[in-house]
Amino acid sequence: MNGSEFVPLSLVPMLTGIFVAVACALPGNFLVLRRQALIGDAISHVVLPGIVVAFLLTGVVSTWPMLLGAAGAAIIAVVAIEAVRRLGRIEAGAAMGVIFTAMFAGGVLLLEQSDTSSVHLDVEHALYGNLESLIWLDATGWSSLWDPVALAGVPVELPRMALTFVGVALFTVLFWRPLKISTFDEGFARTIGMRTDLLGLALVIVAAIAAVAAFDAVGSIIVIAMFICPPAAARLMTNRLEWQVAWSVLFAVIAAVLGYVLAGYGPLWLGLVDSVSAAGMIATVSGVILGLAALFGPHRLRGSAAPIG
Amino acid sequence: MIRDALLLQLGYNATLVTLGAALLGMAAGVGGTFLFLRKRALVSDAISHATLPGVALAFIVMVALGGDGRNLVGLLTGAAVSAALGLLIVTWLSSKTRLAEDAAIGAVLSVFFGFGIVLLTVIQTMTAGRQAGLEGFLLGSTAGMLRSDALVIAVSAALTLALVLLMRRPLTLASFDPEFARSTGQNVTRTDLIMMALVLAVTVVGLKIVGLILIVALLIIPPVTARFWTERTDHVVLIAGLLGGVSAYVGAAISAAMPNVPTGPIIVLVGFALFACSLLLSPARGVVSAYLRHRAYQRQVHLRQGLLALAHGQPIYERLTLRLLRRQGWALPDGVATPEGQGRAARAMRDETRWQVIRRDPAYEAAAARYDGLTPIESVLTADQIAEVDSRIEVAT
Repeated sequence: MNGSEFVPLSLVPMLTGIFVAVACALPGNFLVLRRQALIGDAISHVVLPGIVVAFLLTGVVSTWPMLLGAAGAAIIAVVAIEAVRRLGRIEAGAAMGVIFTAMFAGGVLLLEQSDTSSVHLDVEHALYGNLESLIWLDATGWSSLWDPVALAGVPVELPRMALTFVGVALFTVLFWRPLKISTFDEGFARTIGMRTDLLGLALVIVAAIAAVAAFDAVGSIIVIAMFICPPAAARLMTNRLEWQVAWSVLFAVIAAVLGYVLAGYGPLWLGLVDSVSAAGMIATVSGVILGLAALFGPHRLRGSAAPIG
Repeated sequence: MIRDALLLQLGYNATLVTLGAALLGMAAGVGGTFLFLRKRALVSDAISHATLPGVALAFIVMVALGGDGRNLVGLLTGAAVSAALGLLIVTWLSSKTRLAEDAAIGAVLSVFFGFGIVLLTVIQTMTAGRQAGLEGFLLGSTAGMLRSDALVIAVSAALTLALVLLMRRPLTLASFDPEFARSTGQNVTRTDLIMMALVLAVTVVGLKIVGLILIVALLIIPPVTARFWTERTDHVVLIAGLLGGVSAYVGAAISAAMPNVPTGPIIVLVGFALFACSLLLSPARGVVSAYLRHRAYQRQVHLRQGLLALAHGQPIYERLTLRLLRRQGWALPDGVATPEGQGRAARAMRDETRWQVIRRDPAYEAAAARYDGLTPIESVLTADQIAEVDSRIEVAT
């Protein structure tokens, strides 16, 4: 494959996939360790009604109203889950299940009732997005990367996802120590004066931002997979958080690249004509990575906290 | 139209599906209760998402064998196999590796679903797959269902319900108090397996009606709702079954009247509406009753403090207190006590003085511990004891 085919067709989806994967995997590390792994699942369900309402209010599929709608829905969901949990004295998992299924159902119903036939907005799209459609029409080859005219035509999802990735990475680096301490020993973190509640909330908000930004580009299924699979696999590879995060980034990148390539070219190798869903394939590859780590990872067992160094 | 549907007037198939949905809803409510009590409600989310690759593979295999890919029994068998595999992996990941159960659930859910999506796109490229209609399994669709499919669903829902009812006693015991169940010789591991098999059955049977994304709601919302109405496990089971049945029945009926809308979301929203009503109106845990209780308590505290202020001859500036005292006819608008108010105030004052005495005396320690500024002293001391306390007060003054 040469540059004149690769750059316009595959470069943008692949880079977007990588940014999505890493932006979700970074907060995912802490969510998995804090046993809040299913927050990604909940977020990606509840943003649907927010996006639909934003569309119904503005009448167009555009970025900012949808991000605002999704963020609003996520906040409503967090408040509602907390309210159900406190008022009904109900376990967090069940409270989450009640709210996210109800909000998703509401979103689907709104979507089906409203006239969205003219725009690209349906349930399937929300679930598995359309990574393959991010085609860079203005590119002619590798040289387009230095051509400002062609660069102006890059699908908006890529710069947005890159920005999200930078934001998430900055958050992780800047709050590294507090995040690490409060994740492993919340009581200790509190005794040295950390606001662990605020930090936990900030982590959930960062995860929500990553999820919402990614949701629009690639659908919710990658988001859920990337929040959990790379960090979980990385957890089985090492006992050190620094290495775990590094492993998870590596796994996320491998899943994104390999998944995209397998989805685009795998069927051709098997003699089929059309490609398959890239989002689904990326999730599948991340699952295979997790499976391998669970079978062969050096720290896969409980209590395998071997002395470090 | 909707009334016709609710009264089962929309034809044989719609009636069959609606009744099947009601039976399934009951089974889901009852089965979900045990899952909820074991705090494993979200495991069902992994199970339901894990059905997708099974459905798609079953379709591909049936087409490859030259059959009709849409045979419901075949598709549901595939769903059951891959859901069981997903459940096995969740169990294996959370027991054999250091990963927690929530990470295992999320991983299985997303990976199986992602793989299912891959297979769905494969099916779309197959010639037989263009009209496969497998998307109906995502959100449920009962419109235009074949009679044989409707029969399959109704019968298997009835069987699932029968199984739940049959297993209700060991399940109740194991989910309410696993330690005790073990000590009575019950094999709790096996009971857990049966519970999971039930959840699996509900999920698979519900695929066509509710859809795999939302079936988890049918297992979670009814038990959570039922919890608002009772504190007893056996009652939770009953009420959850009832609520599940009602939401599935009403939802399926509405959907039969509105063929363009997927069935699952409607059923879930009916269930959620019942939940929201319970959250507001339940007598013991509801928001309204909690608010009323809070107001009554607030009134009591303000009245008591107001009476003590009157007894001390202090002016009352607090508006709510003054208003409450006036409404009782114990004080005039300017804060001066009425004759009845004076009597009440003196009595409150005497009560308070008695409390102060017994709180200083170690002999009354147990009774004094109940002091909260509101409890009347007659409810903790006998008449003799009060007389004894009063004699001490007289000596002191």
